[in-house]
Amino acid sequence: MEFGPHLMLATLEGAVTAAVLALTAAGLSLVFGVMRVVNIAHGEFFMLGAVLAWWVTQAVAGPWGFALALVVAPLLVGALAVAADVTILKRLSYDPERTIVATIGLLYILQQLTLMTYGPDARPVVAPFNARIALPWLERGPDGWALTWPWGLGITTWKLTVIGAAGAVLCALWLFLARTRVGLVMRATQADREMATAFGVPVERVYALTFGLGAGMAALAAVLIVPIQQAHYLMGADPLLLSFIVVIIGGLGSLPGTLLAAVLIGLSDGIISVFFSPTLAKILATLLVALVLVFRPQGLFGARGR
Amino acid sequence: MLHLGLIAALLAAHFLLPAYHHGNLARVMVLASYALAYNLLFGYTGLLSLGHALFFAAGLYGMGMGVQHLGLGAGAGLMLGIASGAVVSALVAALALRTSGVAFMIVTLMFAQAGFLTILHFGEWTRGDEGFVLAQAGRVLWGMDLSAPGTRYLAALVLFSICLLLSLALVRAPFGRVLVAIRENEERVRMLGYDTQAHRFAAMVASGTMAAVAGAVYGMLFGYVGATFASVQYSILPLLWVLLGGAGTVLGPFIGTLFMFYLIDLSSGLTTAYMLIAGVALVGLTLFAPQGIMGEVRRRFWRGLP
Repeated sequence: MEFGPHLMLATLEGAVTAAVLALTAAGLSLVFGVMRVVNIAHGEFFMLGAVLAWWVTQAVAGPWGFALALVVAPLLVGALAVAADVTILKRLSYDPERTIVATIGLLYILQQLTLMTYGPDARPVVAPFNARIALPWLERGPDGWALTWPWGLGITTWKLTVIGAAGAVLCALWLFLARTRVGLVMRATQADREMATAFGVPVERVYALTFGLGAGMAALAAVLIVPIQQAHYLMGADPLLLSFIVVIIGGLGSLPGTLLAAVLIGLSDGIISVFFSPTLAKILATLLVALVLVFRPQGLFGARGR
Repeated sequence: MLHLGLIAALLAAHFLLPAYHHGNLARVMVLASYALAYNLLFGYTGLLSLGHALFFAAGLYGMGMGVQHLGLGAGAGLMLGIASGAVVSALVAALALRTSGVAFMIVTLMFAQAGFLTILHFGEWTRGDEGFVLAQAGRVLWGMDLSAPGTRYLAALVLFSICLLLSLALVRAPFGRVLVAIRENEERVRMLGYDTQAHRFAAMVASGTMAAVAGAVYGMLFGYVGATFASVQYSILPLLWVLLGGAGTVLGPFIGTLFMFYLIDLSSGLTTAYMLIAGVALVGLTLFAPQGIMGEVRRRFWRGLP
């Protein structure tokens, strides 16, 4: 394949990464923004989503099984996160440093419990539909410009659906935060916790809901990606690292910044991974994050003075 | 007195313990030196780093690469490991100390992750995840074969005693008292005319270098250098040991390491998911005993415990 089609393929793969990353990172960003909690266990919620999708599709075969997984996995993971919030985080009174240590513990508990029950194998989940679409490429032939169909350039319908679904869910999240009463209460808590308490906002319930919602979004992202990647008990590490990178570069707690950064990181990760080595892409991204935090703690797109 | 007593007890154990526990205790002493290094920064200065594996690995790889590829002897290899630890920790400290609190935790985590990925990226020389076994010839120091169980135990004891007494001296010196004061109230220390930033920098370099010493000696004594020691898990473990034993106590790191080592050793006979214990311990500690074992002893029985 020549450079042009290769780049386009890398961009398409990057777009799928970006879509899933945007969902996962939006969950992390929401939790950090509203609760000021850095949730290290976020990647494990992602992993649980994928593993639950495998269980559900094993129990109920066919496309309905997958549709059921799309509903059941985020709900169960969200419920688990709410339980973790009430039993652990609430009792630490959301102290930033102690919650990090506790969520690290939670990470190991979830990961190792999955290892004990689900086992160390990577297992595939079949997408409900997965037709392949070959894409044309405009090329200058001996008789002028012509459309060609380079071998290997294409995308599957499932990948397109993933991108579309992620976009739809993010729009729904934005509408939820901007237009509903619960979203308003959440934003009020984010802006000023004490003032919100004074106005009678049940802050603890808002926190539990936010933590559940954030975890549910990670699980949803995982169900969408699991037909492309397989479900494995260690799969949470990469999404966690990438979401961190995205949330920090986009500005901690800022949702639009997070989305922009997700697209940027997803695309560049796809492109760098295709042309160079994936490890190199990750090294560059992690160093970028560290330097952004050191020199521009409000993030590349965040406003100053927050 | 108490500390000399511990060293004497460990020396007595050299003649009394059966072979299996003898080997384990040698390992625990080297890892406890690593925990002591971590405690300097976390326990006394109040900076929670999530990236100490980077310093441990800098010592480990500085030593290992020197012996393996440059053909250095054991002494020169150890020196190279310590020097690379000092350089890496000075670099990271210079950048990471510009941030504080949660940002500091994430910056150190990201630097360590970048270091881990770099080791994987240069797999040709580092052998990546697989690691490499040090040649027998590189493990002889001043005519003593460090791979023999007897000398290995004594070498570990020497390292541990040096780190323990150094920590004790450091904490009792004016420098250590300023560090504790910074932990308790930075503003006030700065107002009294101390350069808190310089003290923090010195503490982090001292802690990083001591971690590198532990790493270099670990590689030397057990003859294995691998990327696992640079992974997040090895940044979390010293935090766990110190939290369990009691942050800000000189004996705490050793007690915590010993306790955790045997807990994991016993449970790994029952299940492969031994990190579950670590997770449960982390969550339990943050919830119920943020002071750790020696912290409780200090609170209840002996207020003057250093």
